[in-house]
Amino acid sequence: MNADCLAELSDVSKRFGKLVALDGLNLEVRPAELLAVLGPNGAGKSTAISLMLGLRQADSGSVRLFGQPPQNIASRRQIGVMMQDVTLAPELRVREQIDLVASYYPDALTAEDAMRMTRTLPLARRPYGKLSNGQKRQVQFAMAVVGRPKLLFLDEPTVGLDLPSREMMWAMLRELIREGSSIVLTTHYLEEAEALADRVVVLAKGRTIAAGTVNELRSLVGRKRITCTTSLTAEVIAAWPEVQTVCRDRGRLHITASNADTVVKRLAIADGDFQDLEVHNAGLAEAFTELTQADTTQTELTQTDLTQEVAS
Amino acid sequence: MSATTFAIENVPRSNEMTSAKLWRAYLTETKYECLRALRAPAFAIPFLLLPIVLYVLFGVFLAGSMSHGDATVAKIMFVNWSVFGVMGPGMFGFGMFVAMEREQGLLTLKRALPAPPGGYLLSKMIMATLFSAIVMSTLVAAAAAIGHPGLSFGQYLGIAVLDMLGSLPFGAVGLFIGTRASAKAAPAFANLAYLPFMHLGGLFYPLPRSVQPLEFISPAFYLDKLGLRLVGAPSLDQLAIAAGGPSSHVSSAAQVAVLAAVTLICTTLAIRRLARVG
Repeated sequence: MNADCLAELSDVSKRFGKLVALDGLNLEVRPAELLAVLGPNGAGKSTAISLMLGLRQADSGSVRLFGQPPQNIASRRQIGVMMQDVTLAPELRVREQIDLVASYYPDALTAEDAMRMTRTLPLARRPYGKLSNGQKRQVQFAMAVVGRPKLLFLDEPTVGLDLPSREMMWAMLRELIREGSSIVLTTHYLEEAEALADRVVVLAKGRTIAAGTVNELRSLVGRKRITCTTSLTAEVIAAWPEVQTVCRDRGRLHITASNADTVVKRLAIADGDFQDLEVHNAGLAEAFTELTQADTTQTELTQTDLTQEVAS
Repeated sequence: MSATTFAIENVPRSNEMTSAKLWRAYLTETKYECLRALRAPAFAIPFLLLPIVLYVLFGVFLAGSMSHGDATVAKIMFVNWSVFGVMGPGMFGFGMFVAMEREQGLLTLKRALPAPPGGYLLSKMIMATLFSAIVMSTLVAAAAAIGHPGLSFGQYLGIAVLDMLGSLPFGAVGLFIGTRASAKAAPAFANLAYLPFMHLGGLFYPLPRSVQPLEFISPAFYLDKLGLRLVGAPSLDQLAIAAGGPSSHVSSAAQVAVLAAVTLICTTLAIRRLARVG
């Protein structure tokens, strides 16, 4: 057990019948960091989080929340939670929902302060059931922070939010980190993880397949993004060996390539008049796609090898 | 406090709740549980209005006219409709709400949050008892004004307290259903228990001899017998025996024991299920 960790999964396995949800997973949440946990559907993200929250028991391995089993209520008094699939009592007003959660903590903010900080004060007297989906997410966020938690678990916090609200929530998350909180974020919006995360863990089939900063993850994959305007068709470029993907968007071609220099040289030869050239490092989205695809291919190869070994 | 800071750091914090704060947590949970139930018209209107409307229609006017204002019949009607009145809030308040909240993730959220131990169930139990108190106060007012069962203040109070406590076994059965059934199926399962309990409890008519062994499975039967004993009235079965019909005899201690056992067994099974599965 690492004494600095706020939450830790050590060599944790969890099965649901024949399905292996977690397979010897190690995961730790450090002080004042935003950890983004990414992975395709069924990768084990939700199971990992539910173990850290004490909602499930691990089959093997150790789960610690502030050095204690997560079922320990004193540990949970240091966390805030925002879940994705939860319907709160529609009859209660926003202020009442937040006040109820505040009563669970020893040193909580008042409901009014939590609403002021999360810009939900104008909703205070509205029944929760009458709010839009985006407003409900904002209220759930207020409920997550009202206990002044050291560690926040946020599951898809910005789903349903419009752009200004999303940016406002990002600013609040950065403020929380600056003030010393830690956040575990699960999201399908990779640009969200890219914009906010200090560290990213990519899960697949219940295991960690990559972990590090966003830049470290980007550098794990050698891809670059090339954008240009050219008379060449996407089909012609897609046939070049270095090119992974090509798509045309409003007259511009977006190319992902393993060797950008060679592709640019080919472009210059094939179409001397190509314009508006931009070359970027691959984003987290490309890294995520390559990592998870590589993991799938690896698994398929391993399974093929095993089948061949058994056959021989 | 600044409007831009969450005040997460630099504030001394304890992870332990003082007993005053723990009390506040239980009270807040209970307050909002009662508020939300009172604000849910689909729940509050039927369970608050139905007992008084049906008691006045059938227990006061119909039974009064058939018995020519007989005081014994008026006592039986008051006690029987009181039992009917407290069955619903417990069974449906627990059954429907718990099943719905399990399915909608609210219970999971409460398990993840540091909600006070047992606060969820305790608040629901108090909510069901509060509804029973409201139902009983309307029934007592109607009985005193137009039912004329000839009861003393102490007897009215005794029946009100007995039936408020008597709502607990029905709440426990509802809780048991709510922890196992889906939100869609819970009302149907609750009705599957509610209707037989009501009819086998002998609240509305003396049961024929062939069905009589089944009345022992209904908590309403035991609660009704305790109430009737308190006001010194016979049961509908006993009225029927005077006319040549059958009757069942169970001691008061056994009646209390059965109601307590139903409450304990159903609650224990439900708590175990909630802790294990949520």
